[in-house]
Amino acid sequence: MRDVYILGVGTTKFGELWDLSLRELASEAGLKAIMDAGIYAEDVDALYGANTSGGQFVDQEQIAALIADYSGISDLNIPSIRVEAGSASGGAALMQAYLAVKSGQLNTVVVGGVEKMTDVPSEVATEIIGGSLDAEWETFFGATECSIAAMIARRHEFEGKAKRENYAMFPVISHKHASMNDTSHFKNIIKIEDVINASPVAEPLTVFDNAPISDGASALVISADLKKINNASHPIRIKSSSAANDFLSLHDRRSVDSFRAVKKSSDSALSLAGLDIGKIDALEIHDSYSIAALIQLEEILGKDAVKMTEGNDFYFNSSKPLNVSGGLKAHGNPLGTSGLYQAVEATVQLRGKAGQRQVKDPKNFLIHNMGGLGTTSVSTVIGVD
Amino acid sequence: MSEVPRFWRESRHRYRLVGTRCTNCDTLYFPPRVICPTCRRESVGKMKEEEMSGAGEIYSFTVVHDGLEQFKMQIPYVMALVKMKDGPFVTAQIVDCSPEEVKIGTKVTATLRKVRSEGKEGIIQYGYKFTICP
Ligand SMILES: [Zn+2]
Repeated sequence: MRDVYILGVGTTKFGELWDLSLRELASEAGLKAIMDAGIYAEDVDALYGANTSGGQFVDQEQIAALIADYSGISDLNIPSIRVEAGSASGGAALMQAYLAVKSGQLNTVVVGGVEKMTDVPSEVATEIIGGSLDAEWETFFGATECSIAAMIARRHEFEGKAKRENYAMFPVISHKHASMNDTSHFKNIIKIEDVINASPVAEPLTVFDNAPISDGASALVISADLKKINNASHPIRIKSSSAANDFLSLHDRRSVDSFRAVKKSSDSALSLAGLDIGKIDALEIHDSYSIAALIQLEEILGKDAVKMTEGNDFYFNSSKPLNVSGGLKAHGNPLGTSGLYQAVEATVQLRGKAGQRQVKDPKNFLIHNMGGLGTTSVSTVIGVD
Repeated sequence: MSEVPRFWRESRHRYRLVGTRCTNCDTLYFPPRVICPTCRRESVGKMKEEEMSGAGEIYSFTVVHDGLEQFKMQIPYVMALVKMKDGPFVTAQIVDCSPEEVKIGTKVTATLRKVRSEGKEGIIQYGYKFTICP
């Protein structure tokens, strides 16, 4: 089958962007991606739009149609479909777009993600984020997504698999990397004590264990059209993309403190790419909660993951750079956008254009985007030939 | 008012902790399911309703300080994963105790309580919460 390349990427700044609407964010990212790819709207066969909860945040559904419309391409009747898979919407949209292009039916596709979260008060946002849980049997009884993450953390510690410090250090790494990224929600550097001693949200997790509520949009142009690939200034290849799912609710899982779907999707993506984990130079993972970062790494890297948190392995200039973008924790977490921003970061890094936070000469990135806490898992391998 | 059926539909299961047993593999599920995730098509028509005893122990828990609007008056409150004596895990609040009394392994029992109310003059919804066994 034919190879699929990322021709262009674009992103807005992430954060509390009071003066920008959902449609303005989406069209900004889409336009940047199209210009970066060196193509025109006439070249686009389809648009895949990723969005998690627009209906609740801004009363807007049919978001892909809106994105297409306000990106000025409606007169071309380009098919525009929204993909929703909770906070894995971005990764899932990228995977669908990749498969569509890989299949041969479509040649060049725009994948755009957008979430406008700050038009509602933060308690309402917490409630909407909880929409990825089981509304009847978790949220109804008072569970928030953070409370579920907290119960995973508590049990993991109880089982003796990790200590508080082993996962409290992920926000520290993400903040360090975000401080070197212009589009980050947060640019401040924090210490591990700041994470542990911050005000509690759901014990043992504090505000610093949680990714923020952010606005933001990101987009990519992907293509298998050889002419366009040759014309693009710096095409980067999508080597594979694979997904897996688990039970929706933690209380139904075979294990409370592991993410079985993450192991399945990452193993599958690596195998489809013909690579083993040793050949992955850097990872972008879904650090919506610090504990979620640790459990994902245990699934992707194996038993060494906990030990690696005790050294400096995960910094951008070290052996296994992790979330060099700043991650969801510090670059920001506009739900449906996050998986696509991971792909934007991987592309920028593989082009060698990440400035201060540039990973040294990377060949392959594994990006992992997750819906809820281990419910939906999408792994994508992006690399240079 | 169109929301009303959504609330009473599950009330029987919530009031009495009624789950479903797959009579093909003899596993009890809660919340109730129409298909057993182990036996899948072999379980069709073989899921029988069964009430749990209400006894269980805390498998994991958290003290919630920043929660849903509906539960604001209760903050801080304890959410737990309770491993029921009958097998299933249940996500629920632990009440009538201070958070310090809650530990992994603590024995608890289900009790029917008001869980939330919808809107200012809305419908009061009941369901299970757990209390620590004396
Ligand atoms: Zn069965």
